[in-house]
Amino acid sequence: MLEARSVTIGVARRDLFRDLSLRLAPGKIMGLCGPSGSGKTTLGRVLAGLHPHRAGQILLDGLPIPRKGAHPVQYLAQAPLATMNPRWRVARVLAEAGCPEPDLVAAMSIDPDWLERFPHELSGGQLQRVSILRALTVRPRYLIADEITAPLDPISQARIWKALTDLAASHGIGILAISHDAALLGRIVTSGIEAIGARPA
Amino acid sequence: MNGRQSALLTAGLAATLIAGVALSARLLVEAGTSADFTARNLAPALSHPFGTDQMGRDMLARSVTGLALSLRVGLMAAGLSVLLATFMAMVSGLGRQADRVAGFVTDAMLAMPHLMLLILLSFSLGGGTTAVIIAVAISHWPRLSRLLRAELLQVSVAPYVETSRALGRSRLFILRRHILPHLAPQMLVGFLLMFPHAILHEAGLTFLGFGLEPSRPAIGVMLSDAMRHISAGRWWLAFFPGAMLLCMVLAFEAMGSAARRLISPREAQC
Repeated sequence: MLEARSVTIGVARRDLFRDLSLRLAPGKIMGLCGPSGSGKTTLGRVLAGLHPHRAGQILLDGLPIPRKGAHPVQYLAQAPLATMNPRWRVARVLAEAGCPEPDLVAAMSIDPDWLERFPHELSGGQLQRVSILRALTVRPRYLIADEITAPLDPISQARIWKALTDLAASHGIGILAISHDAALLGRIVTSGIEAIGARPA
Repeated sequence: MNGRQSALLTAGLAATLIAGVALSARLLVEAGTSADFTARNLAPALSHPFGTDQMGRDMLARSVTGLALSLRVGLMAAGLSVLLATFMAMVSGLGRQADRVAGFVTDAMLAMPHLMLLILLSFSLGGGTTAVIIAVAISHWPRLSRLLRAELLQVSVAPYVETSRALGRSRLFILRRHILPHLAPQMLVGFLLMFPHAILHEAGLTFLGFGLEPSRPAIGVMLSDAMRHISAGRWWLAFFPGAMLLCMVLAFEAMGSAARRLISPREAQC
């Protein structure tokens, strides 16, 4: 169980929200929606340990998340290109996380031909699949999928989410799906949609 | 031919030119210092393509050996300087307190007048090649260090560095694999810009009498000598060493931009 217990999250001097609580169960997909600027991404980054929170606790199975080693909650960004070193070929980008398991490579349908290319030489959908494979390689317990299919065409979108829902079920990975797309969330979530409100203007 | 190949070709040509100068200088040392008083002040001709000076020494041989000496001084001084700058930038990257100390030292160095520092350092080290190298290196790192520090702070918050940390990679890994390679082009450009600078300072210090011994065939020595002969119409004394110095600097520049294209693959394809 990944749990946020009455956390306060802020950017610069402003608090985005106070006392927010959230529970994500393993193997489940939870949706997170809210208007632009409401702090969905920041919440996702806090859960993945990329952004500090001001109060409250983030707990994994009731314990604080250890600082050492790969983070058990991996964050998937909307634009994966920026999360890859532009000087590295895809093979090296993937190797940074370790050696990916063959069944995961197959699940993400990664073409061996991509490995010799630079990240900017792949399309958005291909790049997102590489980024998901990299995150899965460190065997995370949870994934934060921040608008990962927003810029993609419906077919790539469906493919990626099909693979992720299968993985969530088979590997018991909990996924927090952040999206503006209510129709998409409606189809993939298995444990409800959390809505966070607009911040007071 | 794609971008990478043409960049490799340019770098190769420039490197060959530089290596050629350095090697042929070894063969021409004798010719560059032996005086022949029956052949004084000759204009460029077949037997002496660059002419001869007031002591009958062949200017081609002198230019090449001088260039090789300048090359050595420039390489050492610029290299040392880049190392110092990188070290200080790394110190800045360690933490806020370390950044403050490194920033203070950098500012203090920048606040001192450049030429003054050079003369004092060179003088206190007793002159000669080593003194010039050390003086130029010590007085030139702060500007590059500032640049590298800004670049380092910028890359250390890049999403891919953040991801690397989330994937469980250590600080040292990130520093070595992500940050240092990212600084390499800036280090290279800094090195290349410092190179002609170092040679000019070598010449300047030599002119003022705090640098190399006047007996050595250095480009700086030759150029300041030639100043007295230009009014007598002996243009070749200044023209050829100057033109060769320019070629050398351009070769370095070409090598630098080629290397930058090879280092950042995205640029190479446009």
